[in-house]
Amino acid sequence: MNFLAGAAALAREIPDGAQLALPPDYSLVAMEVVRALVRRKARGLRLLGVPVLGMCADLLIGAGCVAEVESSAVSLGEAGPAPRFTEAAESGELKIVDATCPAVHTALQAAEKGVPFMPLRGVLGSDLVSIRQDWKSIQNPMNAESDPILLVPAIQPDIALFHARWADDAGNIWVGRRRELATIAHAAKRTYVTFEEKRAGDMLEDELLAPGVVSSVYVTGVAPAARGAWPLGVPGLYGIDDTHLALYAQAAKTREGFERYLAEYVFEGRAARLRDRASDR
Amino acid sequence: MLRASGSSLKVSLLHKRIGNPFTEGSRELFDLAGQGRIDVFFLGGAQIDGGANINLVRANGKRFPGSFGSAFMYPVVPRVILFREEHSRRVLVPKVEFVSARGDPQALLTGKALFAWQKEARRFRLESVHPGFGVKQILEETGFGFDCPDEVPATPPPTEEEIRLLRGAVAREISGNYPEFARRVWKIGV
Repeated sequence: MNFLAGAAALAREIPDGAQLALPPDYSLVAMEVVRALVRRKARGLRLLGVPVLGMCADLLIGAGCVAEVESSAVSLGEAGPAPRFTEAAESGELKIVDATCPAVHTALQAAEKGVPFMPLRGVLGSDLVSIRQDWKSIQNPMNAESDPILLVPAIQPDIALFHARWADDAGNIWVGRRRELATIAHAAKRTYVTFEEKRAGDMLEDELLAPGVVSSVYVTGVAPAARGAWPLGVPGLYGIDDTHLALYAQAAKTREGFERYLAEYVFEGRAARLRDRASDR
Repeated sequence: MLRASGSSLKVSLLHKRIGNPFTEGSRELFDLAGQGRIDVFFLGGAQIDGGANINLVRANGKRFPGSFGSAFMYPVVPRVILFREEHSRRVLVPKVEFVSARGDPQALLTGKALFAWQKEARRFRLESVHPGFGVKQILEETGFGFDCPDEVPATPPPTEEEIRLLRGAVAREISGNYPEFARRVWKIGV
């Protein structure tokens, strides 16, 4: 477990071409690292939505950082479709691997347990089964009657990336009820986390905090990023900035609007470069 | 609304921002459904066809967000209600371009009509038409074939008490979690 200086330093740990597992917009997204990835001009990333993706994916796609998206959906929720995702999908420049939410969870749970695949009910009538050559349908070997069931292979992402309320001196992080983040951390080869605040001591010694902790065993590196999920939220601390999300959804409808958004909120010219340099120290 | 009127119904709003019912992350909903603990679920579709298939992926060169959990929830949850406010040939098609999910719904509700699903015949039957619309119009604006009884009743309008609940307690709860929807429908803000 490494303590890193900041979001920019963390973004440099994520190599081009990596398979990057990311949470949905409502579940502690490391947006400051996403912006740092855009600034460092990351390329060829393969995003995995656990189980869906939102603004973070749209920003990375629009900025040219992404080669492939595997997700059950990409959308901005109430703010509407994800405009850069939609355009890249319709023009055919982005490879999309369609999934369905519980299949993503199940595949990560298989990786958590170190088994090669896991069964999942439902799904068999969907066209997803015919486009997903990696999913298999078998007869339930425990049942003498006809009982087809889907198997999905384990997914072990190269990197899990998310945000947390706290990190402590021992390198543990606290995500509270967002347990899909624990699943991603358990399944991924490497896990990087930004955090709001540092806590002294070891949260695993506090019985009330421990159930929301992801142990440092699973964490490769952490970096401080106050308000690091903005414009998305950290439950109990700050909410989703719906006004900003609507502003983004409107701006990103055109390539020019998206570029203006990047200039104003991601690059911010000299200010962002200074911030990145400061976080290296 | 059922809950606000005193029913013991438990409503689990997936995106509830405060007091969300789930503590095991977003997989918990699917684990509950897999065990049969979810009785009713609502699903929409960019396209819905006469075989009750839904499409959330792509149509006419357009890309939609994706299938979400529909491929699993539709066949697994016992009572699924399909809904789509827009009632047009664009949405209600003979055959969807991509089957995100397939199942046996209880009903299909649109902004103009209510259809029941006939499981054996695998075909919709027009149940009622909302006030202000007629059967002829429903036939013209529906892209798939469906059974149509000789007499189709009008959908009963909500009672005064139901309207009071919808515009009061229900609107307040919705606006905390779907602020944009609440602004559009009820003109209320958070």
